[in-house]
Amino acid sequence: MPIKSVEEILSEQPFLAGLDEKSRHLVGGCGRNARFAAGDYLFHEGESADLFYLIRQGRVALEVKAPGKGAIVFSTHGEGEIVGVSWLVPPYRWSYDARALEPVSAVSIDAACLRRKCEADHDLGYEMMKRFMPVLVDRLQATRLQFLDVYGPGA
Amino acid sequence: MHGPSREPSILTPAGLQALFDALRADGFRLVGPTRRDGAIVYDDIAALDDLPRGWTDEQSPGRYRLVPRTDAALFGYAVGPHSWKAHLHPSIQRLWRARRDGESIAVTLEPLPTERFAFIGVRACELKAIGVQDRVLMGGAHVDQRYRARREAAFIVAVNCAVAGGACFCASMDAGPAVRSGHDIALTELIDGEGHRFLAEAGTAAGETALEALPRHPASAADIAAARAQSERTAAAMGREMPAEGLRELLLDNLEHPRWQDVADRCLSCGNCTLVCPTCFCTSVEDSSDLTGAETERSMRWDSCFNLDFTHVVGGSVRASVRSRYRQWMTHKLATWHDQFGESGCVGCGRCLTWCPVGIDITEEVRAIRASAAAKGV
Amino acid sequence: MALAPDPVSAVADPMTPTASRVLGRRRESPNVWTLEIDAAGLPAPTPGQFCMLTVFGVGESAISVSGLRTRPARLVHTIRAVGPTSRALAALRPGAAVGLRGPFGAGWPMVAAEGRDVVILAGGLGLAPLRPVLRGLVARRARYGRISLFYGTRSPADILYRRELERLREWLDLDIEVTVDHAGPEWRGHVGVVTNLLSRATLDPGRSIAFVCGPEIMMRFAVAALKDAGLADADIHLSLERNMRCAVGHCGHCQLGPVFVCRDGPVFSYDRVAALLGRKEL
Repeated sequence: MPIKSVEEILSEQPFLAGLDEKSRHLVGGCGRNARFAAGDYLFHEGESADLFYLIRQGRVALEVKAPGKGAIVFSTHGEGEIVGVSWLVPPYRWSYDARALEPVSAVSIDAACLRRKCEADHDLGYEMMKRFMPVLVDRLQATRLQFLDVYGPGA
Repeated sequence: MHGPSREPSILTPAGLQALFDALRADGFRLVGPTRRDGAIVYDDIAALDDLPRGWTDEQSPGRYRLVPRTDAALFGYAVGPHSWKAHLHPSIQRLWRARRDGESIAVTLEPLPTERFAFIGVRACELKAIGVQDRVLMGGAHVDQRYRARREAAFIVAVNCAVAGGACFCASMDAGPAVRSGHDIALTELIDGEGHRFLAEAGTAAGETALEALPRHPASAADIAAARAQSERTAAAMGREMPAEGLRELLLDNLEHPRWQDVADRCLSCGNCTLVCPTCFCTSVEDSSDLTGAETERSMRWDSCFNLDFTHVVGGSVRASVRSRYRQWMTHKLATWHDQFGESGCVGCGRCLTWCPVGIDITEEVRAIRASAAAKGV
Repeated sequence: MALAPDPVSAVADPMTPTASRVLGRRRESPNVWTLEIDAAGLPAPTPGQFCMLTVFGVGESAISVSGLRTRPARLVHTIRAVGPTSRALAALRPGAAVGLRGPFGAGWPMVAAEGRDVVILAGGLGLAPLRPVLRGLVARRARYGRISLFYGTRSPADILYRRELERLREWLDLDIEVTVDHAGPEWRGHVGVVTNLLSRATLDPGRSIAFVCGPEIMMRFAVAALKDAGLADADIHLSLERNMRCAVGHCGHCQLGPVFVCRDGPVFSYDRVAALLGRKEL
């Protein structure tokens, strides 16, 4: 059974669509295959944001621990989505937990590696920014809507 | 004289009293202008002496005074705080009662009103306003049965205005001052060298029949000319004007105009304007019960878009600010009423100016918006 | 235990309720109940219409029809207990008397949806007036293209009609996705805004018609997402809510600009109300 290279896997991901071959090669160089079983944590609050993930399959919950409630899940992400944005800005530390809700296959990207390559090649850096900004903006909008508690008095 | 009475005729004051007597003998409840509490209001009347003989009114924004005239005119004034909606669409009405009997409830519709009103002294603006309310309450898929019962039974004796009030602008709204249609009888009061008399014109077969039975004589060409001239003088003497052309578009294009905040800073949101306006129709319902909960009922009562809870939804009121409520009232009256009912909701009677405690003048507000819109080249 | 409804009232005077009775009651979530009420001869409602429900001596509320049962005819209404009248309604037990007026209003354009893909976007209690749509589409499945329901609510405990949705999920040719604003650790489904569910789906904008209902903020975001997906304003339909007292266009309370929500709505196509919804405090 032919095993796809990380670069081949990345070329199929809509998130990186439009990236030229050279840039894809650079990104691929920072990436590795990753698998998680249901219930596994991809990372924990407070840890250093060394790796972030592009999900190939499965669903991941972002949550915070809450005394008396165990954890509160505030968003879930699945196929084609990025998990982990805190690697973009200092202090490069996770502010929440990420837990696999079901078996997850993903590509993990070494954050320090990618930051180094973006610093060295600003064209690559800009291509990455163009793709990450919409993710940040969308999540900000979504968070605002969730925060507005529009559904009113609930359970 | 008896004969076809679509031709104008002349009634003396005695003839007018005979009309009152005939209507009452016929079972009508006469309602007309009378002096009370320093104003001319609409109340039960029986005789000419009940009318405000020899009085006129001075009206301007936030001001109303009765002033004696130098003659004995019976209708020598403009309109007061009351309009005919107080009788056709009363401020409080019971809709139904329900009685609990063990497990079951019996609902009894309140019997439809059987009262027959004869309205004396209805002005052109008021006739138009009645027509406007007719369209709101009877012109749609659902008919307000209580309103229809009172409306269909009403007999209307209209009067052509001899005096244009300081707050009047019916000519701008194409609502007067001459009575056009909707009346059973229209009177024009003439007081001159020929004496104190009334030109009487029938507007319906019922009006014809009523006039036929009265002592009267045919109107001369001079009488008719005098009556028409009087209406023209009144039209030329309007206290105010509000050019209606393009008014709907002007307001709907300027919903964020700074003038709305300007008027909101003055408006008390007291709702007087909606109470005195002859076309305002908004109502609310209220449920009540006796102490045991066995007998319950629902009544309908006047409401006003100026009330904060008028637009209450889960989470609060949609129109929380006075600005939004004043804007609603004025844009509904002058703009969206056209979308809903095919005509303006305003008849230019001027009551909202006169009875506003802070003297807000709707014609002035429109003028201010129009002026700055013109300045911007809009 | 005979009811004694006034035979005149139901037809002759739209302002007088018909005396009826609650036949069933089910709790959907801590403050939401669904009542089944004897239809008492009232005309059958179409999806999207509402009735005025009276608790005698307390008051009357406008509640969307959330279902219809036949043989015997029953009206189904889902009520959130949030004010004095709705609390009294939600507390009515089987056998209790209730007054009915209606049905009123313009409903969802079910006929326009035939031959098209139907996208249903529901938020919170907004699923209630959309449930008759879902049931209507399923009952005549062959008349419609793809059917999707995207439903967002506050938390898993607030999900309405959960068993019914799970059953419908088992149909192969229906797409049902549910999301919540936040959840505890036991929830395995989506967490996030309902518009995210839409952006992850593939729509054919030319073939699609959308029905949207929920809190007004949610509806505005939903409409924006549908327009981003390529739907035309005229193909997006919303159910609006305003203070309703008479339900027949006479009391003036429910006006939104030129429209009376009770009579011209509550369902509107977006092209008709876009400018109205965009203006604060209209």
